[in-house]
Amino acid sequence: MKFTALHKMHEQAGAKMVEFAGYHMPIQYRSIRDEHRRVRETVGVFDVSHMGEIEISGPAALDMVQKITVNDVAALEIGQVHYTAMCYPDGGIVDDLLVYHFADKYLLVVNASNKDKDFQWMLDNKIDGCEIKDLSEDFTQIAVQGKKAEATLQKLTSVKLDKIKFYWFIEGELAGCPMIISRTGYTGEPGFELYFANEFAERVWNKVFEAGAEFDIEPIGLGARDSLRLEKKMCLYGNDIDQTTNPLEAGLGWITKLDKGDFIGRDMLLKVKEEGVPRRLVAFVLDGPGFPRHGYKIFKDGEELGEVTSGTVSPMLEKGIGLGYVKKGFTKIGTTIEIEIRKKMVPATIIKPPFV
Amino acid sequence: MNVPAELKYTSDHEWVKVEGDLATIGITDYAQGELGDVVFVELPEPGTEINKGESFGTIEAVKAVADLFSPASGEITELNEALEDAPETVNQDPYNDGWMVKVKLNDPSELDELMDAAAYEQHIS
Repeated sequence: MKFTALHKMHEQAGAKMVEFAGYHMPIQYRSIRDEHRRVRETVGVFDVSHMGEIEISGPAALDMVQKITVNDVAALEIGQVHYTAMCYPDGGIVDDLLVYHFADKYLLVVNASNKDKDFQWMLDNKIDGCEIKDLSEDFTQIAVQGKKAEATLQKLTSVKLDKIKFYWFIEGELAGCPMIISRTGYTGEPGFELYFANEFAERVWNKVFEAGAEFDIEPIGLGARDSLRLEKKMCLYGNDIDQTTNPLEAGLGWITKLDKGDFIGRDMLLKVKEEGVPRRLVAFVLDGPGFPRHGYKIFKDGEELGEVTSGTVSPMLEKGIGLGYVKKGFTKIGTTIEIEIRKKMVPATIIKPPFV
Repeated sequence: MNVPAELKYTSDHEWVKVEGDLATIGITDYAQGELGDVVFVELPEPGTEINKGESFGTIEAVKAVADLFSPASGEITELNEALEDAPETVNQDPYNDGWMVKVKLNDPSELDELMDAAAYEQHIS
């Protein structure tokens, strides 16, 4: 099992630790629900150092990233970030990821659980004129998320944080340490993700907590990370998307630029678009008590429509919420469906996301 | 870890408080800690007959679902209705306000095999 550079801090904070993607990670410190609300109300800090960072450089870097991802990298300016996905030739998703455009390279931030697979996929599809390096072990990454994230971090840096636009980043100093300061996140709240060398990990962590003390800043575990992203209908690889789902049916048409030129999976995705998707990822709210979980079946009037891919009881709504694939003809907002929860049919309604 | 001396315990981490032929059942502090935030408790209505060793209810926490197992046979006489609106009480006060059901026992001696506090502490250590 691997440890992040912040492992000691988690143990000191009394976190409940679990194995996740080969790392010993905090799932919760105090309570998933309370941590969730902390991020929605003020500010929380996540250790997300398990995420993978892969660098692609060289004269053919742009062509390489264009080839393996669905979003249009040519439209990405230096200092800008975008959300994208890598697909297999059949349109199934290899992974979803962020691409950072630096002056001389791209940095691809991938899911921890897929990092080795992704790196191999990139090597297998490598074109001449670029270099691909797995830098995952070199980076500590923390996410500082919530309405008070900017006020917290601004105390620690001379960089004008309000000048960094959503999905842009700069390289600068914070807490006296060089880092990438990126206005991105996986909670739907305003906030930043910070990438820096492992040697600075404890220093940055401690400084951020000192700076955020007036906002009751707290460390947040993977449990709340999951419920926070789900309330905003952000996909989780392995739950909502995987090699058997394509970006179009997952509602990721907005990142899939079919007219950008060729890329792996494009032919199949064009065909899917032309023929129309046979199912779509929808967001639903339970109209009765219950906890929808991954794999539960979705019905309407006795007809099976699909399966739940993610679910929780929303800490903000205090109702069961979830995502799931539902077959064509039943995906309209307002459609009433049923979720089979341990042999009982619980009514639910398809809603327009986000949930909160 | 809080393990009150006056209660009896099952290996499935329920606690039982016995008063004559009436047993109050809940889950232990250890169990709520392992489960994490409890979001639903599903319990049978009063009048339901339950059998020793059988699942009679479920506890839904954010990351897991746990069954409640009956430590003895009998009839549910009361359930903690407050848990419907405030399931987090199970986390906050597992031994008092977080109680789940009261059962009228058919045979109180069925509880003789339960663990005392010392044995339960051993069990979870």
